[in-house]
Amino acid sequence: MPLQISPSEILETIRMVDNENFDIRTITLGISLLDCAHDDIAEASRRIFEKIVRKSATLVATGEAISDEYGIPVINKRISVSPISMVGASCKSGNYVELALAMDRAAKEVGVNFIGGFSALVQKGMTESDLKLINSIPEALASTERVCSSVNVASTKAGINMDAVALLGRIIKKTAELTADRGGLGCAKLVVFCNAPEDNPFMAGAFHGPGEPEAVVNVGISGPGVVLNVVKKNPNIPLGQLADRIKRTTFKITRMGELVGREAARRLDVPFGIIDLSLAPTPAWGDSVAEILEGMGLERCGTHGTTAALAMLNDAVKKGGAMATSYVGGLTGAFIPVSEDAGMIRAVEEGTLCLDKLEAMTCVCSVGLDMIAVPGDTPASTLSAIIADEAAIGMINRKTTAVRIIPVPGKDVGDEVEFGGLLGRAPIMPVHKESAAAFVARGGRIPAPIQSMTN
Amino acid sequence: MFGEHSRAVITVIGKDQVGIIAGITTVLAARGVNILDINQTILDTFFTMITVVDLEGCSISLPELKRELEKKGQELGVDVRTQHEDVFNYMHRI
Repeated sequence: MPLQISPSEILETIRMVDNENFDIRTITLGISLLDCAHDDIAEASRRIFEKIVRKSATLVATGEAISDEYGIPVINKRISVSPISMVGASCKSGNYVELALAMDRAAKEVGVNFIGGFSALVQKGMTESDLKLINSIPEALASTERVCSSVNVASTKAGINMDAVALLGRIIKKTAELTADRGGLGCAKLVVFCNAPEDNPFMAGAFHGPGEPEAVVNVGISGPGVVLNVVKKNPNIPLGQLADRIKRTTFKITRMGELVGREAARRLDVPFGIIDLSLAPTPAWGDSVAEILEGMGLERCGTHGTTAALAMLNDAVKKGGAMATSYVGGLTGAFIPVSEDAGMIRAVEEGTLCLDKLEAMTCVCSVGLDMIAVPGDTPASTLSAIIADEAAIGMINRKTTAVRIIPVPGKDVGDEVEFGGLLGRAPIMPVHKESAAAFVARGGRIPAPIQSMTN
Repeated sequence: MFGEHSRAVITVIGKDQVGIIAGITTVLAARGVNILDINQTILDTFFTMITVVDLEGCSISLPELKRELEKKGQELGVDVRTQHEDVFNYMHRI
């Protein structure tokens, strides 16, 4: 039987893994917990723990076996569950911290590093259960290690729930205070969304949406380093040609995600959901989205031209990936989390990249203001206003946007905060001093936008 | 275990020396692994051997075979990777 694949192709694959940090970032098992509801919160907790452990008992071993046999690193094995505000709705208890503790215990039992779904969907309004959940977030994130939380406060179809936006500003402040000894780490596990996807495999915003099946495997791939190498190798070609080269490369790395996702689904005996082909940076040099933008010819990420470069990158990634897999979903595009990207950190430290420019960049890439550290004395109303701005971008442009912001207790501009591991380190970024309190205090709902007359 | 194909690609990269192919193929023969194709070149002064093998008659699992080959690679001072063939089919062929 002749060799069907050429040696140069085999060596290309090996180079991507060895030199360019290519990996499958996460295999995320989505599990419905809707059948765990019970009016006694202790019984609901027991059911939640039991179901998560039963459904995901072999998740970590399966991920490691696939990684071993295919020679492609699978970095994280994770779990997303139904929004806990739905699961807990019939509990008589006043708060849901006990449910978060059950999720945390289950995550530790099966060996996953994060479990997402301590979540509520409140874009149109809050149920009593949603309110209980949101008010439980600070304590839940302070008293657990692996639980991630998200709240969807806006959508293109519903508008922006400004009451929820105002509340979340205060919740973020309180979460930071309760985890002050860890630099406000709790806020790194809390995402506020507009148009949240129900099948996102990436943390901290993953949850198992109400429209999803009983269980499902979603895969998040990564590969800023692979794309960076393509950009560096082609310093002088026109942007159209560069976009084409990026497309070809993302096609190849997405095929790996497809293979791993299908194999994981087969072995776990659950349906294969989607591939999320997001360029997810890590704090390592050479694995940075900012470096890709700089490789295109920008002296420093954040300068004029950054939005255009990011728009091209984001679109090329999607086009290449969409052809390579039968199901694309999640967030899909390029992530720009400041603390998790060495090039972004440098650009902030040098003063080139500011919050306003980041906000502009989120108009053309896949998520939003992600892993931003701001002064600890930032008012809750300013945090709410930042969330409202970002939600407005998502609502009007029919895309997902999100805010993951950390008002780091006791720190100010010029300081930095270290979260460690994949969460990285972040310089404290300045926010505008002028108040938005009266705007936020109005509350109510910003109406859904008109869908024609789109200028 | 792997559906329609049960073949693996073994890639050996390292400093050229006597006995690399002999060392690797001895492990394969001992485990009943049949070599379907073998390609060897010197790339950038590095010895590079790419071997496609049939796992059908293999007496141990792919991860176990991988471990044995890695051990042999360490003895020979070369890197040995053993990957299921589907990795390359998926990435480079539609």
